[in-house]
Amino acid sequence: MTLLTIKNLSIEFPGRHGTERAVDEVSFDLSPGEILGLVGESGAGKSTIGNGIVQLLSAPGRVSSGDIFLNNTKISTFSSKEIIKIRGSRVGFIFQDPMTSLNPLFTVENQLVETINKNLGIEDRKEASRIAIDLLDQVGIPDPEVRIKQFPHQFSGGMRQRVVIAIALAGDPELLIADEPTTALDVSVQDQILSLIRKLCRERQVGCLLVTHDMGVIASVTDRVAVMYRGKMVEIGKTAELLTSPKHEYTKSLISAVPRSSKKIERFPLVEYIETTAKGLKHIDVKTHWLGQGTRHENIQDLLEIKDLNLSFVTRDAFLKKNRKYLQATSDVNLTVKQGETFGLVGESGSGKSTIARMVAGLQKPDSGSIKFDGVELVDNPDPVAVQQARLQMQMVFQNPYSSLNSRMKVDDIIAEPIQFHRLAPAQEIRTIVGDLLDHVGLGRAAGLKYPHEFSGGQRQRISIARALASRPRLLICDEPTSALDVSVQAQILNLLKDLQDELGLTMLFISHDLPVIRQMCDRVAIMRHGRILETAESEDFFEHPQNEYSIELLGLMPRFDKIYEVEATV
Amino acid sequence: MAQFLLKRLLQVILVMFVISAFCFGIQDSLGDPTRELAAMSMSDEERENLKDTLGLNDPLLVQYGRFVGRAVQGDLGTSYFFKEPALTVILKKLPATLELAFAASIIIITISIPLGVFCAIRPRHWFAKFTMAVSVIGISIPVFLTALALIFIFSITLGWMPSFGRGEIVEVWGYWSTNFASWDGIVHIIMPAIALSSIMLPLFIRLVRAEMLEVLSSEYVKFARAKGMDSLTVYFKHALKNTMLPVITVGGVQIGIMVAYTILTESVFQWPGMGFMFLEAVNRSDIPLITAYIMFVGFLFVIVNTLVDLLYGLINPMVDLVSGK
Repeated sequence: MTLLTIKNLSIEFPGRHGTERAVDEVSFDLSPGEILGLVGESGAGKSTIGNGIVQLLSAPGRVSSGDIFLNNTKISTFSSKEIIKIRGSRVGFIFQDPMTSLNPLFTVENQLVETINKNLGIEDRKEASRIAIDLLDQVGIPDPEVRIKQFPHQFSGGMRQRVVIAIALAGDPELLIADEPTTALDVSVQDQILSLIRKLCRERQVGCLLVTHDMGVIASVTDRVAVMYRGKMVEIGKTAELLTSPKHEYTKSLISAVPRSSKKIERFPLVEYIETTAKGLKHIDVKTHWLGQGTRHENIQDLLEIKDLNLSFVTRDAFLKKNRKYLQATSDVNLTVKQGETFGLVGESGSGKSTIARMVAGLQKPDSGSIKFDGVELVDNPDPVAVQQARLQMQMVFQNPYSSLNSRMKVDDIIAEPIQFHRLAPAQEIRTIVGDLLDHVGLGRAAGLKYPHEFSGGQRQRISIARALASRPRLLICDEPTSALDVSVQAQILNLLKDLQDELGLTMLFISHDLPVIRQMCDRVAIMRHGRILETAESEDFFEHPQNEYSIELLGLMPRFDKIYEVEATV
Repeated sequence: MAQFLLKRLLQVILVMFVISAFCFGIQDSLGDPTRELAAMSMSDEERENLKDTLGLNDPLLVQYGRFVGRAVQGDLGTSYFFKEPALTVILKKLPATLELAFAASIIIITISIPLGVFCAIRPRHWFAKFTMAVSVIGISIPVFLTALALIFIFSITLGWMPSFGRGEIVEVWGYWSTNFASWDGIVHIIMPAIALSSIMLPLFIRLVRAEMLEVLSSEYVKFARAKGMDSLTVYFKHALKNTMLPVITVGGVQIGIMVAYTILTESVFQWPGMGFMFLEAVNRSDIPLITAYIMFVGFLFVIVNTLVDLLYGLINPMVDLVSGK
């Protein structure tokens, strides 16, 4: 018996420049209790399918052809009045970001009770409230009687997602559509939420359509998986089979681009299926080029030394100092980064890893401690010239390439700005240098005349890297440089960073929450939690023999794509 | 909470200090008050004596100190014209102005929220487009022109409405005179209130519409739809409350500005409120009354803003007034 059948579904978005086909002739079906993964990169149309089922497409999107059956009822032709009856009561929805999917001005009780009122037809408030408490208990929220009276902002991200799941299940639906349910969550929380979804689906015999871009998530919870590429479904099959022996070229390259956590490889395999770098780029010889002739690198051992670094934020201000409450963002952090190595900082959100990067880059002033770069003290140094010289040699690549580039400036000007500001090259040579830099990061010099919005996420991150290189840095601080990017693009950017490091002898401080990426990129790692460094080790040692309890736990929770993949492959 | 109020109190003191310095500056530079007070035939000697008794020959700082000292005790000087303490004069005129501002606020709230919400929900509807177009015109027409047009149409041509004054007023609680206790009073307040609201109304319609559009595109509205809520619940429960947060913040400031705008409305309609009084005081060079008015309005601004912040804190659970964040 099938719960959901989709036949030749096409969804279109009519626009000024013609109609865009977001979903193109997709067919699949789903049984009760089964979890079907929909995987693909951004723009593949996977979320659109989920929204299309219950007619939640944002205007002007519409289902142009095809049929959707829910328990043999054709729901694709339902009117908006009829579909409202389906939503919530027969189809539950879980969205990506639990921080924004709950209304901030209403209590959890209010939001649960209205759902129960509508979908179960229970008018009595007390009765609905009792059911709500029971639901919160089922999704694993401690003290549900107390927590139900609270507002969403009083819950942590993982707890909020549990509330969202409780609301999605409140109408006792047959089908659950989970749209990237764990993308905004930490690894440890992700694991809990995925197990919860899996458990609830099995127990209640609810079919689940799980939309995600993450192969690790697919591997750990789904029974079957459908791979989407540019609106088309290229492959569908049992998860283990599909991951071990993918048939379609796209699936193959997608799987190979996922960073492994099990062993270190030199370069990432590229997904050529999607995006290729520009052709006919001028090759520059770094040894003779301007780019390679920055400050001469003396062979010092430790380029960056951080000692007893402390920073706290006031979380609750009070008139009297003793009543104030602080959050210790970093406490007594000690670390050294050696010349030429890639040093990884790993930890979950709120562990203080980005705060360290910001303090090193001078964006945040520490309360106490010392940061030495090439022997120059950066904290409270009375000599501003020395500090500026040191800062010039460290540059940052930020997480979000959509907001870290000034959208009103041309790419040429963005990259030329640090060269002009620090007077690093004669004015007449700047344009040539900028062009060479753009060639070198794989964009091509023609890109310089465009504005940032004309580029994709991966290309923008290349621009960010070119901008960072423009001041000829010795230390590159990369704060989650690829977490906003698709897997295939991530592979390209990481390769680029590796190449640049080899050529220019760059030292990198690499911050990420993604353990497989860290393993591929870093020579040494430090693991952080609650502002403290728990363990610093050679990268290979850390992954093979973690010492700290938390490290062991974290490694165990890593997305299990490789595990399934490796085990099945050897059979 | 106590800490929030304490902080606010300190702010009030600072703001009032700045305003008082400004007012004193005006007082000092607006010329010689004895010229207005004294008879034509007064000799120079008598005039000097008068200056001495008024303390006008003392050093500036002493005069300012005396000014602040009296102001703290509620003595903002004595009106030259009314021969009464300026504060008493203002308090007598206060009910008329506050009632006018209140009536205008009622008009703004009851019209702008439904219209703004409608324009956000049905942006392509002809009436939404019409409202948006009219609101641009509304913003660009000055208050006094609207007021004169209203008088011309409804009082002179049609003869339906009274053109000036408060009409029949009823004293309540001893000193407060109200328009809302009699039919005649209500009829008299309608046109001034419409004129006063005309400048703010288009702004609020646009504000409500813009905020509502933003809220409607948010994830929690989509989630509310996904969990099966019907459109009415989504619009008027989930979206509207969130829409009101920024509207309240802006609205609070605008109420203060509206009290200031009453100067124009009140003088066109001969409305015996603070604004009309201020205009007369300027004409008569009644300097103590002018400064008292400025200080009083400044005080009113700060109080209204504090109330708005408290209200905001009540509606938004994420604002914790206790910790001052």
